[in-house]
Amino acid sequence: MSTLEINDLHVSVATEDGDKEILKGVTLTIKDGETHAIMGPNGSGKSTLAYSIAGHPKYTVTGGTVTLDGDDVLAMSVDERARAGLFLAMQYPVEVPGVSVSNFLRTAKTAIDGEAPKLRTWVKDVNATLQKLDLDASFGTRSVNEGFSGGEKKRHEIAQLELLDPKVAILDETDSGLDIDALKVVSDGVNRFIEDKDKGVLLITHYTRILRYITPDFVHVFVNGKVAESGGPDLADELEANGYDKYVSAAAV
Amino acid sequence: MSSALEVDKVISHLHPEGSFDLADHPVPTGREEVWRFTPLKRLHGLHQEAPFGAGACTVEVSAAEGVVVEQVAADAAERGLSGLVPTDRVSARAWAAADGATVVRIPQDAVVEGATTISHTGTGAELAGAGHTVIIAEKFSRSTVVLSFSGSAVLADNIEIIVEDGAELTVVSLQDWADDAVHHSTQHASVGRDASLKHVAVSFGGDLVRHDATASYAGPGGSVEMLGMYFADEGQHIEHRLFVDHTAPHTKSNVIYKGALQGQGAHAVWIGNVLIRKVAEGIETYEENRNLVLTDGCQADSVPNLEIETGEIEGAGHASAIGRFDDNQLFYLRSRGIEENEARRLVVHGFFNDLIRKIDVPALEEQLLATVESELEKNVLKAF
Repeated sequence: MSTLEINDLHVSVATEDGDKEILKGVTLTIKDGETHAIMGPNGSGKSTLAYSIAGHPKYTVTGGTVTLDGDDVLAMSVDERARAGLFLAMQYPVEVPGVSVSNFLRTAKTAIDGEAPKLRTWVKDVNATLQKLDLDASFGTRSVNEGFSGGEKKRHEIAQLELLDPKVAILDETDSGLDIDALKVVSDGVNRFIEDKDKGVLLITHYTRILRYITPDFVHVFVNGKVAESGGPDLADELEANGYDKYVSAAAV
Repeated sequence: MSSALEVDKVISHLHPEGSFDLADHPVPTGREEVWRFTPLKRLHGLHQEAPFGAGACTVEVSAAEGVVVEQVAADAAERGLSGLVPTDRVSARAWAAADGATVVRIPQDAVVEGATTISHTGTGAELAGAGHTVIIAEKFSRSTVVLSFSGSAVLADNIEIIVEDGAELTVVSLQDWADDAVHHSTQHASVGRDASLKHVAVSFGGDLVRHDATASYAGPGGSVEMLGMYFADEGQHIEHRLFVDHTAPHTKSNVIYKGALQGQGAHAVWIGNVLIRKVAEGIETYEENRNLVLTDGCQADSVPNLEIETGEIEGAGHASAIGRFDDNQLFYLRSRGIEENEARRLVVHGFFNDLIRKIDVPALEEQLLATVESELEKNVLKAF
């Protein structure tokens, strides 16, 4: 059993005009088998939440706690967090020229498991995973994210999710920039991770579209650096119909 | 001496007038444009009057089948065949002092398997050496020639490369010197009609390495690729000066140099000059230099220059960058569980991998990768 607990998290970022607080007390608990959707307007701090949990150096935690199965995540380095079982699928995956996808995947798997994967089963696993995500076998020889289309980048993120098999996954706008076919392929991958393995997922999105393919157990409206309202899947339908205006104006008061 | 090519005369600082007469090359002060980056004090007098002697390097030749390598006298007809006329004092002095030349000849139509290697090993001799090599790729031949330099020496040399019509030639100049070596190399290529040259400069070792690589075209349709890779360590000065002179129409040039710097006083200089003459219509050129600064205390100078005398071209561009580790790359790799050291190693290997793939000399590939690895161990990995 794994539980990611975020408690009263405050995060700020350095700007030209001094430090600016982005997260203003976020509290969330994600358990095994639970899918939490975080929805909110641009600039509400959704991505900041994702990157702060993953440990991006740009963000400074000024208060609160994040624990994974009771262990202090905030005390860990970026790579320690990943090895502890956290995974962040990024909205803008980074190009690493000259490093092949297969080398990258093997290196990451070795780091996460603490030992090199068995060559024969590993190659099979990688090929099967790439195939399920509609990625050609030659994909492995390409440089990480270099020259990838938007859809390829996202499918590559989900391939990593399936192969690295974390305890909890944070998906940061994985649906953005995807056409409907790619969205289905990506959603299938996430569903395999959720359903087959009973894992916890924090799904950050701007649109309700992806929620037609991935059914959340909980929906949280994220406005002005914190959760404004939480509910079940029907909250997403309400947001689809009425938008964020009600929450944004309430937060502005 | 008149130019071998019938092209317009141009007044360009990219194209200094050459001369074999030492009197035309006064001792530089260090303020000259072509010398301003070079620490003259560390040249062991090569730019002044330092005497030359025999035996600075032992030379070992391993010729691929079908390739003819011979020693010729200083007055042999092969010398000067590329059109090389010294444009600086060190080159002019080396020309005058060389007591002969090594000539590598790839016969017409020969398609040669494997590389011809000329290994220079510095003997640590007190006197500086003056070298001269002429590589002639005859019409429609295909081959690879590797010039390697190791050990300890003070060496000034001129290397001439003649790629005749329709020939394909790869020349690798591998500077893997001992820490105290000084090497001033002037390499000039003449590229024939529809011929192609891949020139590769790899500089790892040495206290001071200054490497001039220039190319001009003896006919239309020629293509030049200049690739370079260097690793400047603590106290090391590595300077690459390139000049592609588009003297004929429909010619191509593509220059990519990549280097990493680490340690106090590591200094890398890259000057990339391209001149597109009036006659050179329909040409295409691109040059790029990227530096990865791995530690504090390093200096990288990167100067691309492009002079265009005709607008009737396919394309011309350049790029130059000096950067540190990209935090986002490191974050991405580390967010997949990869430790910081390993992430840095991956990024640096990746930085060079593209280039090593382009160099595409199988015999060298493993050696280059191993050298990158051992350079990394010196600093990047121990610092964290």
